[in-house]
Amino acid sequence: MTVTTDSVRSALEQTSELDRVESHLHPAGSFDVADHEVPTGREEIWRFTPLKRLKGLHADAPLDGRNTKATWNAPDGVRVDVVTGDEATDLRGVSGWAPNTRFTARVLAEVRATLLVDVPADVEAGEPIVIDVEGTDADVTSGAHVVLRFGRHSKAVVVLNHTGSAAVSAVVEVVVGDGAEASVVSIQDWADDAVHLSHHQARIGRDATYKHAAISFGGDLVRMDANVTYDGPGGSAELLGLYFADAGQHIEHRIFADHTAPRTKSHAVYKGALQGEKAHTVWVGNVLIRKVAEGIETYEENRNLVLTDGCQADSIPNLEIETGEIEGAGHASATARFDDNQLFYLQSRGISEQEAQRLVVHGFFNDLIRQVGVPSIEQRLLTTVEAELAKNVLKDIGSLAAFGSDD
Amino acid sequence: MSKLVITDLHVTVETEDGPKEILKGVTLTINEGETHAIMGPNGSGKSTLAYSIAGHPKYTITSGSVTLDGQDVLALSVDERARAGLFLAMQYPVEVPGVSVSNFLRTAKTAIDGEAPKLRTWVKDVNGALERLNLDPSFGTRSVNEGFSGGEKKRHEIAQLELLDPKVAVLDETDSGLDIDALKIVSDGVNRFRQREGKGVLLITHYTRILRYIEPDFVHVFVDGRVAESGGKELADQLEAEGYDKYLKAVQA
Ligand SMILES: Nc1ncnc2c1ncn2[C@@H]1O[C@H](COP(=O)(O)OP(=O)(O)OP(=O)(O)O)[C@@H](O)[C@H]1O
Ligand SMILES: [Mg+2]
Repeated sequence: MTVTTDSVRSALEQTSELDRVESHLHPAGSFDVADHEVPTGREEIWRFTPLKRLKGLHADAPLDGRNTKATWNAPDGVRVDVVTGDEATDLRGVSGWAPNTRFTARVLAEVRATLLVDVPADVEAGEPIVIDVEGTDADVTSGAHVVLRFGRHSKAVVVLNHTGSAAVSAVVEVVVGDGAEASVVSIQDWADDAVHLSHHQARIGRDATYKHAAISFGGDLVRMDANVTYDGPGGSAELLGLYFADAGQHIEHRIFADHTAPRTKSHAVYKGALQGEKAHTVWVGNVLIRKVAEGIETYEENRNLVLTDGCQADSIPNLEIETGEIEGAGHASATARFDDNQLFYLQSRGISEQEAQRLVVHGFFNDLIRQVGVPSIEQRLLTTVEAELAKNVLKDIGSLAAFGSDD
Repeated sequence: MSKLVITDLHVTVETEDGPKEILKGVTLTINEGETHAIMGPNGSGKSTLAYSIAGHPKYTITSGSVTLDGQDVLALSVDERARAGLFLAMQYPVEVPGVSVSNFLRTAKTAIDGEAPKLRTWVKDVNGALERLNLDPSFGTRSVNEGFSGGEKKRHEIAQLELLDPKVAVLDETDSGLDIDALKIVSDGVNRFRQREGKGVLLITHYTRILRYIEPDFVHVFVDGRVAESGGKELADQLEAEGYDKYLKAVQA
């Protein structure tokens, strides 16, 4: 069992609930922007992120620019609305968290409106709630606050779909009521020049299930922190990630499962592929099992497939355990090139090298795409993986045979 | 036609102490319609021969030649060799996570035939082949070899042999790890293949028991990277009785 503390401790700076955090750990967050210095890049939580490319979002870039258009659907019984005034103010910190980074504190302090998805108690949304965010200008910076509230025993899927060009810092707060079944899928399919800094913070109710899927393909720099805490025993979080970095792209995913209640579960699987010069991906998986969190189960896994020379995948699992009474805890992290034996096996059946590589990459992502579990976006993800592959691995072949029409 | 000719083949592998010669001059001709058994002790280089014919990147051919119907096999890439009509049933079939058996088989068939198989007959062919190898049709949706038992992996290799229909099949210890029922099922599959017009088979094995079900035309004793003796199937009976001792002593002497 690896127990690394530095990263977990610094991730803790992102938690709030001052009163509940053990005092020997770092101070918790603050809503006051003045409490957060501009990061220098030497901090544990910023050390991988190329701050220069953030267009000032980590510092003092204006957050009131207009550079995105949002459209959505609202199934029966679900409210999707942009709220302002007191209602918006009351939603700041609704996930039971206070900002620990400057950018999140600034979003909460300076962005007036909140995009609210409200799924009332006992409501089952008949279809996914899809929010399309289309960027219109990467030279303009903006901030966004989103609240996804799933009432007790409700069931819904929310898809945040980002496309186009923009420079955005975003805070997404998620409240999953007791017994609810919530899925949040965030797709970063931005244009090449986009910058997206985001923090997703979820509070999971008693016996609730939460699935979070982070899917990042496009953008110059995409960084997402996906965090969960638990509001009562029996909550379960499945944290999924799929990313594909091309030449020059920086894609960074951090998770933090803070086991704040007994018998809770966290299961994280992030998989990424990298291709092209200076494609850089970062995955940091922080898990903290607090003293109260007896009988919990946690597993986290990150796998990277390096398709060409010149890429870098950083992968850091961190597990900090403060109680001996746990059901199970484990992690796995692997970064590999194509497996020669797999390619040989496929080629020995007549399949060309490129097609064999393609099969292996699709195979690598397939299970994960299925686990995301939203049929309407499954095909799109497969197509996007295909399009990414076409940029490098497959650039010399024309028509492709059997994939995608599996019977 | 399907004539595989191996002439004075020398093969090395890379080791920490530099290249190590494993095959030390293998010469063997498999004529159309013939089945040859190669028997030899552990480590004698049998799999090396099989992989070298198929083109595994781990092995370096230092001299010699392999031709299929006169075509220089060694000049071809792995997939080109398969498309030229070679098939290798592997001793340790490889798991390919996330790639379904049905997708794999169809992609392979399409590559080998140069066109996609007709959907209706293909599904029937696949199910038939799986069924004859006593593999449930549900294997079609499973990932290639992933979680298959040792015996299932071997039967899956032979199902591929039937579907891909090569000219010459190299079977590397397809019999090892099989119980007697599975051995019969696999042997029946190989025999169905042999009944097709002009097929060649190179059957690599440790044990004589499979030769009771698949009757070879020739038996070769393989020791220390080369063929030590060749004969008819009576040679297998002699090996069964006497083992490899006398050949191994000859090498050590
Ligand atoms: N990378 C390597 N470094 C050193 N020796 C190697 C390497 N790879 C293979 N060998 C050796 O090559 C020899 C031949 O191996 P091969 O697998 O061809 O034998 P085999 O006859 O198929 O044995 P078995 O009956 O156990 O399947 C063995 O002695 C093996 O240890
Ligand atoms: Mg062997």
